[in-house]
Amino acid sequence: MKKLMLGNEAVARGAYEAGCSVAAAYPGTPSTEITEYISKYDEIYSEWAPNEKVALEVAIGSSIGGARAICSMKHVGLNVAADPLFTVSYTGVNGGLVIMVADDPGMHSSQNEQDSRFYARSSKVPMLEPSDSQECKDFVKQAFTISETFDCPVIVRLSTRVSHSQSVVELSDKEDYKLKQYSKDASKYVMMPAMARKRHVEVEKRMTALRKFSNESGLNKIEMISNDIGVITSGISYQYVKEAIPDASVLKIGMVHPIPEKLIEEFASKVKTLYVVEELEPFFENQIKKMGIKVIGKEKLPITGEYSAQLLAEKLRDKKFDSNEASNNAVPVRPPVMCPGCPHRGMFYVLKKMGLTVSGDIGCYTLGALPPNEAMDICVCMGASIGIAHGLEKARGTEFRKKTVAVIGDSTFIHSGITGLIDIVYNKGNSTVIILDNSITGMTGHQQNPTTGFTIKGEPTKQVDLELLCKSVGVDRVTVVDPFDIKEFEKVVKAEIDADEPSVIISQRPCALLKYVKYEGSHRIVQDKCKKCRMCMKIGCPAIVEKGDHLEINPALCVGCKLCTKICGFGAIERAGE
Amino acid sequence: MKKLNLLIVGVGGQGTLLASRILGTVALKLNFDVKVSEVHGMSQRGGSVVTYVKYGEKVYSPLIEKGEADLIIAFEQLEALRWVEYLNKEGKMIVNEQEIDPMPVITGKVKYPEKILETLKASYRIYSLDALKIAKECGTIKAVNIVLLGVMAKLAGIDKNIFLEAINEVVPAKVLDVNIKAFEEGYNYHN
Repeated sequence: MKKLMLGNEAVARGAYEAGCSVAAAYPGTPSTEITEYISKYDEIYSEWAPNEKVALEVAIGSSIGGARAICSMKHVGLNVAADPLFTVSYTGVNGGLVIMVADDPGMHSSQNEQDSRFYARSSKVPMLEPSDSQECKDFVKQAFTISETFDCPVIVRLSTRVSHSQSVVELSDKEDYKLKQYSKDASKYVMMPAMARKRHVEVEKRMTALRKFSNESGLNKIEMISNDIGVITSGISYQYVKEAIPDASVLKIGMVHPIPEKLIEEFASKVKTLYVVEELEPFFENQIKKMGIKVIGKEKLPITGEYSAQLLAEKLRDKKFDSNEASNNAVPVRPPVMCPGCPHRGMFYVLKKMGLTVSGDIGCYTLGALPPNEAMDICVCMGASIGIAHGLEKARGTEFRKKTVAVIGDSTFIHSGITGLIDIVYNKGNSTVIILDNSITGMTGHQQNPTTGFTIKGEPTKQVDLELLCKSVGVDRVTVVDPFDIKEFEKVVKAEIDADEPSVIISQRPCALLKYVKYEGSHRIVQDKCKKCRMCMKIGCPAIVEKGDHLEINPALCVGCKLCTKICGFGAIERAGE
Repeated sequence: MKKLNLLIVGVGGQGTLLASRILGTVALKLNFDVKVSEVHGMSQRGGSVVTYVKYGEKVYSPLIEKGEADLIIAFEQLEALRWVEYLNKEGKMIVNEQEIDPMPVITGKVKYPEKILETLKASYRIYSLDALKIAKECGTIKAVNIVLLGVMAKLAGIDKNIFLEAINEVVPAKVLDVNIKAFEEGYNYHN
């Protein structure tokens, strides 16, 4: 049967067909849907873990226990999971272990542009890279086999355009995979120095075997068309090459680490001009140049951003494209905004009004850095807001600290914020941390987390009590407040930043997009009462707009959260009648 | 039609993803190779969004380049203006007349361009309609996407029943009736 599938959905299907029985992940665009689709298969146990490191540890445990296990993350998530990755490379596996990592060239929704292929190389783990949904499914299945054959984890690398494009997939039946025997083997699974030294020797032997395998596996393919131009490429870039330079011969690399050196030599000897087309870093290029082969790569192609067929045609074929971009300069940009009814809006309104320095974090609320709020000063990585606030205090002292807060989401706090808070308490910091508890992981599209009380399958479970958690690590001042109660919120923030001890404010109101959140419906501005003071515009609600000489509320966008009614000093905003 | 390059452009939250899913299903039913490319993440929160639907005998790149689109469905006027350079010379564009102010307009930094429809109509083949109003009359403003798909089905000359089958498969059962009504309204709009 043929089905149109998202790359991520096809990965899930591959795991299912391979008889995988455990999946763990922390959501991160563009990898999130892998585990969401896996959770629909009853045959596979799936979970949202608190972060990527834990997710990988769970998958490693399941693998050692004899099951086929999969763990998924985005590129920056692999940084979090890097610690267990490097050591599971030494221990090897029992049941097959596959690690999915989705890179985000062009940074559609990421804080950096990172090339995960270097992780494969430095942790000495083989890596495959599919170029469409069919290959997503096929490569995941092959990755499980390679994992068991070579006794190592296997990374499968995706990119946004592979994860988030749908193409045709031929479905197959589920393999009947039997749980492998577990037997105690400390020399393999206890990585203390004496044992690890021996395992490192095994890893090097394995790499030698994998280098041979890369040439023979069939994952890397030569498509000869002419002897004029040859292109070495992988992943989504393969698709761009096929479209932009259809007359070129191609070596399509499916196993990106270790690279198939023999095949590369053979291919290079057959073509006059050889290009390497790879998004982000010159990963293949440098290795191929080191082999003494002349290739053209980054001197013609960018090291930043996404590629496209057009870009390749322009750079490698000197093809010119008509563009009337100049005429479109007048089109206003449309940056993402906090949704109408977003609980973070009231909070940022207050923080901006108070003129505070805000140490921010990763989530919907990162949008608070953009106009009109512009209320966020710093945002580095998941969970960093709290440590950075502590650092600001240690560097600049009490006066500065009393004008500073950290903001962090509920899921992010669990991911890696809690350790920062412990650090503040332990090292006698006095920062104020605002946890934005919107009862869901918002930015990635509504995933459950340990603070919501539900599992990935929507089953009720124990709910982390944020208030008790913060108190238990030693924060005595913990306040829960509704961010739409602006007066109260401001009062609480004032009191907490003035206090000479650490404090946590839990800003609690559910995401406006959750199905159970019902507001009373669209509001309108009564023109007779409106004094055009524009106070209501300060909250940056996309529903409140200026039309000619007056302000009005767009009924198609307004949900009726009533935040604006609390800011209007003239009672000019009321429920719109039908 | 042997191949079709189609762009769906709009504002995050307008239902462009669902529309692209239906179109992908339609292409599969027509026995084409098909690729649908979408970007989620920050762009789903009120930002400018685009999805590409490409079908034909063999599709490689999931992206559509400037000047390559045979058809563009714009869910919002300003987005129509932003993406029109992707249309090829013979291409058609369906424009929902709805206006959603982007933040730079709301904050007064720039003005929402005037007379967008007239500008577009001067140089391109534009089919415009107030899909929001039509969807509302059908029972839900959320069906804007399906109204526009109805218009698209007619313009592309694709068998209506194939679309209805696809809508049946993709749209949740409880809102199916409203959506089929919305599709019919769109289908019969430009005769």
